[in-house]
Amino acid sequence: MKTWVFSTESDGAAAPSALEALSKAREFGGELGAILVGAGSDTALAQLGAHGAATVLHGPQTASSAVIAAGIAQAVAAEQPDLLIFGMGTLDRDVAGRLSARLGKPVLANAVDITVGDGTLRVANEILGGSTLVVTESAGGSPAIVITRPKVFAAEPADGGAPAVTALEAPDVGHADALEVLSQHAETSEGPDLEAAAIVVSGGRGMGDADRFAVLNELAGLLGGAVGATRAVVDAGWVPYSLQVGQTGKTVKPDLYIACGISGAMQHLVGMKDSTTIVAINKDSEAPIFGISDLGIIGDVHTVVPALVEALKNRG
Amino acid sequence: MKIVVCVKQIPDPASPYKLDPESYFVIRPNDQVLDDTDRYGVEVALQLADEIGEAASVTLLSMSPGGSQQGIRQALAMGADGAILVEDETLRGADALTTSQVLAAAATRAGADLVITGTESTDGYTGVVPQQVAELMGVPALTFARKVEHVDGKIRIERQTQAGYDVVEGALPAILSVTSGVVEPRYPTFKGIMQAKSKPVETLTAADLGVTPEVRQKIVSVEAVPGREAGDIVEDDGEGYLRIIEKLEEVKVV
Repeated sequence: MKTWVFSTESDGAAAPSALEALSKAREFGGELGAILVGAGSDTALAQLGAHGAATVLHGPQTASSAVIAAGIAQAVAAEQPDLLIFGMGTLDRDVAGRLSARLGKPVLANAVDITVGDGTLRVANEILGGSTLVVTESAGGSPAIVITRPKVFAAEPADGGAPAVTALEAPDVGHADALEVLSQHAETSEGPDLEAAAIVVSGGRGMGDADRFAVLNELAGLLGGAVGATRAVVDAGWVPYSLQVGQTGKTVKPDLYIACGISGAMQHLVGMKDSTTIVAINKDSEAPIFGISDLGIIGDVHTVVPALVEALKNRG
Repeated sequence: MKIVVCVKQIPDPASPYKLDPESYFVIRPNDQVLDDTDRYGVEVALQLADEIGEAASVTLLSMSPGGSQQGIRQALAMGADGAILVEDETLRGADALTTSQVLAAAATRAGADLVITGTESTDGYTGVVPQQVAELMGVPALTFARKVEHVDGKIRIERQTQAGYDVVEGALPAILSVTSGVVEPRYPTFKGIMQAKSKPVETLTAADLGVTPEVRQKIVSVEAVPGREAGDIVEDDGEGYLRIIEKLEEVKVV
């Protein structure tokens, strides 16, 4: 068994999704490696090594997904890995999709579990908002390409040392590479990191507008939590996309999730349903969010949330 | 410029879809609807075509059991010129890669300069079809676009990233995948709905496109997950916030 895990690099660190996948892949035994696209900092390489990668194929941040996929395809032909694991990031999905088409192998997406036994690879994924578990068997031959959901495996370092690094080839792919990144922009928010926060206060369309959404910043501040939002809210431009919780956004598993004016579309639920405690406030008693809430208040967010904020302030 | 927009007909999300107990394929009713997330791609295409003028056309491309074609007519009613429907019994249960092979072959056959897609479908959400189509067509992929411009014959986008966004520019022919929120999709007018009834829908099979579906993955089990149970759901009597404070105390947040 030979498994490779794909990682991007951000602020000199390997992707959390890659460290999670490496930790899981140690169970499979055999050889474990990583593909790192980024600056290739010592910290990122050490993290990948510590989590079990004996080898790292390193490609530059500037390469397009077409060139990266072509480079990986060359390495796959030479080294013949059995399994390639990607995360849900935008570059992960771009490279996994292109590689799938180039190799003629399927992508088993949205994995919440991977099992290997009797030479068969099986992937479990959840559909219908997590109410149904589907197990799919790879029948396309090696390598299998799997995209995993964030935080389904725990990242636990082993005693791995520094990995052996080789350069990822950058083949000429012609017109497929005819694009250019003109500029890069960070959209940051104050307070704790949404994905790591122990408390998340999230708002949906029911918050009304951007001005009225702002009360959630105050609530999150009082609780020491991070602010999240639904797709409808980021699409409306009330807050940056980086605060989106859900299928296309971030996946969070805080100790406490407070959903304000969120009806609970499946798209959103898959990103937060594994929170330890869920509190929801919504005026519609039929809102699906109540089906997974430990405490649900059927009421107007515009009265309940300000009252909660005042009460917390008075406690000091 | 020939713009091809990939659109999917899906079971109405208002009532959750079901899987066939034997094949595990999604049961597709006769009346499928347009996947809501595809309306954004159609709108982007129509706006680009308006800007370019008479030299531009917008063709829809869909792979699905046609049924009543309700979903395709919804997109035609927004203003697209015509549609290509790939309908074939052998494509039932096709995986994302087979779907991409069909879409890439049909888009190439149609002479597409720009292929527009959503980011992922609402029913299947594999989320890799745009990239697979790009690779199969040998063209650049401008993915996860939240803003689209046509600049000097190229397409420039704001690409959503984990940290924020990148401004990326690509040469045609190209694939463009858009997020919802890129534009506000128009509602069909009465005139548009009437015109959609007579717009051309060309029907093709997998064989017409030279695609032979392969089975590369197989569902081996489907089971219900023991769901999380709802706790106390109470009507706000003016003191609902106190119930929340109690819960915060219980979980030791305050």
